[in-house]
Amino acid sequence: MGGKGRGWTLRLVGLLTPITVWLGLFFLVPLLLILAYSFGKSGVYGGITLGFNPGNYLKVFDPLYLEIIIRTFVIAALTTLICFALGYPLAYFITFKGRRWRNALILLVMVPFWTSLLIRAYSWVVILSGNGIANKTLQFLGITDAPVTLIFTSQAVLMGMVYSYLPFMILPLYASLEKFDTRLKEAAKDLGASRWETFWRVTFPLSMPGVIAGSILVFIPSAGEFVIPQLLGGSRTVMTGSLIQSQFGSARDWAFGSALSIMLAALLLAAILFYVRRVGADKLEGV
Amino acid sequence: MQRRVSRGRFLKTLGAAGIAGSTLSILSCQPNTNAAGGGGGGGGGPEEKELALYNWSDYVAKSTIPSFEEKTGIQVTQDFYGSNEDLLGKLQAGATGYDVIVPSDYMVAVMIKSDVVQKLDKSKIPNAKNVGEDYLGLSYDPNNEYSLPYQWGTTGILYNRKEVGELDGTWDPLWDPEFEGQIAMLSDSRETLGAALYRLGYSVNTKDDDELAEAEASLKDQQPLLRGYFISTEVRPLVQNGDVQLGHVYSGDAFLALAGNEDLDYIIPKPRASRWTDNMCIPNGAPHPDNAHKFINHILDAGVGAKLSNYTYYNTPNAAALPKINPALKNLPGYTLTPEIFERLEVIEDVGAKTRKYERIFTEVRSA
Repeated sequence: MGGKGRGWTLRLVGLLTPITVWLGLFFLVPLLLILAYSFGKSGVYGGITLGFNPGNYLKVFDPLYLEIIIRTFVIAALTTLICFALGYPLAYFITFKGRRWRNALILLVMVPFWTSLLIRAYSWVVILSGNGIANKTLQFLGITDAPVTLIFTSQAVLMGMVYSYLPFMILPLYASLEKFDTRLKEAAKDLGASRWETFWRVTFPLSMPGVIAGSILVFIPSAGEFVIPQLLGGSRTVMTGSLIQSQFGSARDWAFGSALSIMLAALLLAAILFYVRRVGADKLEGV
Repeated sequence: MQRRVSRGRFLKTLGAAGIAGSTLSILSCQPNTNAAGGGGGGGGGPEEKELALYNWSDYVAKSTIPSFEEKTGIQVTQDFYGSNEDLLGKLQAGATGYDVIVPSDYMVAVMIKSDVVQKLDKSKIPNAKNVGEDYLGLSYDPNNEYSLPYQWGTTGILYNRKEVGELDGTWDPLWDPEFEGQIAMLSDSRETLGAALYRLGYSVNTKDDDELAEAEASLKDQQPLLRGYFISTEVRPLVQNGDVQLGHVYSGDAFLALAGNEDLDYIIPKPRASRWTDNMCIPNGAPHPDNAHKFINHILDAGVGAKLSNYTYYNTPNAAALPKINPALKNLPGYTLTPEIFERLEVIEDVGAKTRKYERIFTEVRSA
């Protein structure tokens, strides 16, 4: 704190007050409310009585719900992996080969954000349905002679999630790669490294902050997703997000819904800490 | 439950449902209207010329509100909800400022028990006499002290008769392996468990664990045959576009599909099927209860009621409006019901603490 004086403190207070109030009101208070609800008792007709009922948390360990949580994490992890596999080469290409098209290409990555996710997800229904563009094209090209099942499967859910969250992977990767000093590549080459070695031992480690940020940005919303499984999965791929929604909705069990939300948040936090420790810590050193 | 949304205003509903799914909405209790600040309960002086209607989206005809505003000089603001539970949650969280709400049958019972709706003053609703007796005195509000019906309908099977031939009039085709991958069920725990219960010869309102276990087993058998579970407005285009041949739907969606396509048919299967009713109620603390009574009276006018149903394609509970219903609509299969069919319709009731059991079974079936 020392030595900067009152004026500096005041300015800091001035700068931080709006965001503190905002986060306090719209993040912290609701979160604490959900925490309090998670120990409450749901009324038969909805609503909640506060109290201390750890039983809501025990219910999470019902094999049915555990299986849904595990499935959620598997799908979120797969989404993250596929986004990485698709996103890294693209970010790399835009950064190093994009030249004067770089800004335009990055803009194209962001274009989907101009439309609501809901509308984009629904347009996949139109594309993939039996009489949709995809099936029409396949039949026109003679690859299939009857409509094939492309939608309302778990693969369609995965595809929809990769599609929705890919930009969240590409943008941090690009931001990270963009700062890369290309002279390092030349230096590696001069020192006798092959192209592959240069990439693996110089470029990739230096892009790790982007990889970590991108993975987290994709993983978290994927784990909470509930619109895409409903729209593209025909509600047959039950994920934790849909489960929570139904507890606040037709099951009228806000206490259990809150307990599930808190558990999901805790598990996500644990997964991310584990990931950053394992993948992050050593790679991040010296960056 | 999500229902009563026609004409492909599907994204709007889904949006509403999606937003409601986020827990934040529980905190946002204030309706979207400036009417909230004014008016003091039922007593005292004249009310402001305002009315806040909280309704399902796309559930009034184009003329319904303008004709009321013209007649009474009362300005109407309308907000929308995506499910009965959203509506209940908002009222329980203390939302005030709404004058008229439109909950479904079982939810009326829940709302009466939760003390969030007020008794109606029938002397202010002379048009209540227009309501047909079949639609009054139902189990959720036996003396209609709190509610009067808005629209009603059935839940049955919309199917492509040209492709699969005439159905046998039972629920069995939805379980027929011959139609594997060609069937869509509703993503509504009570309706879909209901279909299984009806098929087994049980009541849709059963609280018997053995009967529910049988229904669960039956739905697990059915699950691999399905394309998926959808809201009714999604099922309609799936059947229309040939993505599925058989769909479990609400009647309004069926009639919208039938009106444009001779190949399709709608049946209300034996031995029993659901009949549901949406109702007008006035929440406690409504700022303009007098205006609310006027609005309910307006809806129950014969001409207004007919225009409403001619637009939504749902059935009218208004006996006086019946002669003014579009004949093309009246002649659609399943719209005008014989007493014999009407007799076998069952009203979905609130099952109290068993609601969670129904919900758990439905989650388990979908995850199987």
